[in-house]
Amino acid sequence: MDKKNIMTIDGIPVEIGGEKNLLELIRKAGIKMPTFCYHSELSIYGACRMCMIENEWGGIDAACSTIPKAGMNIKTNTDRLRRYRKNILELLLANHCRDCTTCSNNGKCKLQDLAMRFNITGVRFPNTAEQPKLDDSSVCITRDSNKCILCGDCVRMCNEIQNVGAIDFAHRGSKMTISTAFEIPIAETNCVGCGQCAAVCPTGAIVVKNHTQKVWQALDDAGTKVTVQIAPAVRVGLGKKMGMKADENAMGKIVAALRRMGFDEIYDTSTGADLTVLEEASEFLKRLQSNGNIPLFTSCCPAWIQYCEKNYPELLPNVSTCRSPMQMLAAIVKDQSGNSSRRHVHVAVMPCTAKKHEAGREEFKVEGKPNVDYVITTQELIQMIKESGLLFNELEPEAVDMPFGTMTGAGVIFGVTGGVTEAVLRRLSADKSKGALISISYTGVRGMKGVKETTVMYGDREVKIAIASGLKNASLLIDRIKAGAHYDFVEVMACPGGCVCGAGQPFAETKVRENRGKGLYAADKMCNIKFAEENPLMMSLYNGILRGRVHELLHVDYSQAHGKEQE
Amino acid sequence: MNQTFDFTVVDGIIDGLGRKPSAIIAILQGIQEHYRYLPREVFPYLAGELGISEARIYSSATFYENFSLEPKGKFVIKVCDGTACHVRKSIPILERLRKDLGLSDKKATTEDLSFTVETVSCLGACGLAPVITVNDKVYPAMTPDKATELLKALKEEL
Repeated sequence: MDKKNIMTIDGIPVEIGGEKNLLELIRKAGIKMPTFCYHSELSIYGACRMCMIENEWGGIDAACSTIPKAGMNIKTNTDRLRRYRKNILELLLANHCRDCTTCSNNGKCKLQDLAMRFNITGVRFPNTAEQPKLDDSSVCITRDSNKCILCGDCVRMCNEIQNVGAIDFAHRGSKMTISTAFEIPIAETNCVGCGQCAAVCPTGAIVVKNHTQKVWQALDDAGTKVTVQIAPAVRVGLGKKMGMKADENAMGKIVAALRRMGFDEIYDTSTGADLTVLEEASEFLKRLQSNGNIPLFTSCCPAWIQYCEKNYPELLPNVSTCRSPMQMLAAIVKDQSGNSSRRHVHVAVMPCTAKKHEAGREEFKVEGKPNVDYVITTQELIQMIKESGLLFNELEPEAVDMPFGTMTGAGVIFGVTGGVTEAVLRRLSADKSKGALISISYTGVRGMKGVKETTVMYGDREVKIAIASGLKNASLLIDRIKAGAHYDFVEVMACPGGCVCGAGQPFAETKVRENRGKGLYAADKMCNIKFAEENPLMMSLYNGILRGRVHELLHVDYSQAHGKEQE
Repeated sequence: MNQTFDFTVVDGIIDGLGRKPSAIIAILQGIQEHYRYLPREVFPYLAGELGISEARIYSSATFYENFSLEPKGKFVIKVCDGTACHVRKSIPILERLRKDLGLSDKKATTEDLSFTVETVSCLGACGLAPVITVNDKVYPAMTPDKATELLKALKEEL
């Protein structure tokens, strides 16, 4: 170890390895520092004061906003610090709704966790805060200011990472709240429903809407056929919460669990993704050859669609007319049982909160009824499994149902940033060998970087591709396109890292998110078919149910839909 | 929302101060000076022009006591309630003004938008206590009766 780079934490020498702040270094040294307002991907706010440390002169600093320097000597756990931390917690709890047992964030709450860790046994101060109203307007999230601790995580997520800015601090001092402009309901703002605010919220102040009750009701009704589809990212998002490895593919067990719960037919959204690959690739080629609206933006991500509608309506003609994989599969599943007299409810298990909004869009309704009746997130699925009492780990993996049960590796990787692009590239590649597959994976489409760019050859034409995840990254990319940068194909996923990091997934640190991506690539490896067009089901669908109805069942024109809404 | 809102005034203010996010406070001040409050219509417009979210502009506008989201009266009467004015009985003056105009601490502006009555913490004119200002003109050594007289005179000017 280089002596110049050593500092002391609680009497133990620790090497500084380029950490941006003391907090990171302390955590690297194996100490679980308490924080509310710190997230490595967001800017430093330094408001919660939980990560205080004592320096060698007895001064107190916030670890998150102190840069580590060689020779520093700090303590993280002194009597004084513990007392201060307890005081902060007590004050936070003073005007906090303390109905933990009925809170939808029960068991996932940082405030609850830290109150437990620091043994808070009572609160000496009366609650003098006004009782704010619940904002229940969005189908994706619920805001309850009663439970807000003003850490600002949601504000910074919404502004810095997603560039939406639907919420911000309002008023000041004891009257400060997190608010939309003019306190209008969140559903009436520019919110896109990505749910990342709920993902970073340490308490139950912003939570994802829960629709499990409706699903149980449908399952309990003997006169209702309940079908379900499971999105690619869900299988790698369940892991840790269910006592498995973080990136472990739990698809088989999920299918088994859903079947035990009483779902009649279980499908894999990857099958829908295969359809998307075929449709999107042919749409792309058509546009390329006819010099249509280029670049072509992908359309799988509902939060991106809303973002585009609200901020860049002029780009809507460039957005692919392909429905998302969820909607493609749902249209087919629903259409198939169209003549049955039995009520049919179709459920989608998604890593995504914005899908709840997509499911209710007018474009995806047939005779007023939505193709996807209910969307539940991975977290809601976990809750349902727990509610049902099933011992998840002891379930024997099962396969999804026919006739829509075959899928390919191309569909599975939709759940990670770059996956859609890679699947489309596989489709466009003339060479279907193993070597070609590997070289596609090395074109730069993989990895968790916010903006990825690559150029591939299609015949003798150069195709320029950009992949953005995180809406801020998408808007930076759009700025560049407007300034003259040329791309042919642009993939956008609203959540940084793609669907595996969706707000419906259990919240995870960066490392775990990367592993989820790897988990999907591993799932791709386990698929015996890697190309969407080789999926035998596709052939029968195109010759059967889709004959003459491709446009009706698989496409949507968001630019026209938007025009109608404006009228 | 008012579709016919004329943004030329706002445009003039923005052009004078710079079309950049950092100028937001000065721009809001300029708008308030012109309209005597911050009309709701300017928020989405400013958000688009300056590239800041509406929620963030609302955040700035609600942070500073000086900004008002409600239309203010033609005459803005500020009653100083700093320590010096307070001990020399500023509260009875405030109460008289409110009583004469039918206002309260919840309702600061008359229905016909003629008068707004607010308190300020200190006007820095403690030697003249108790002080009130009407549209920034100072009236020193006030009493409740003098306030009533003043209101009468102001009503003539309406």
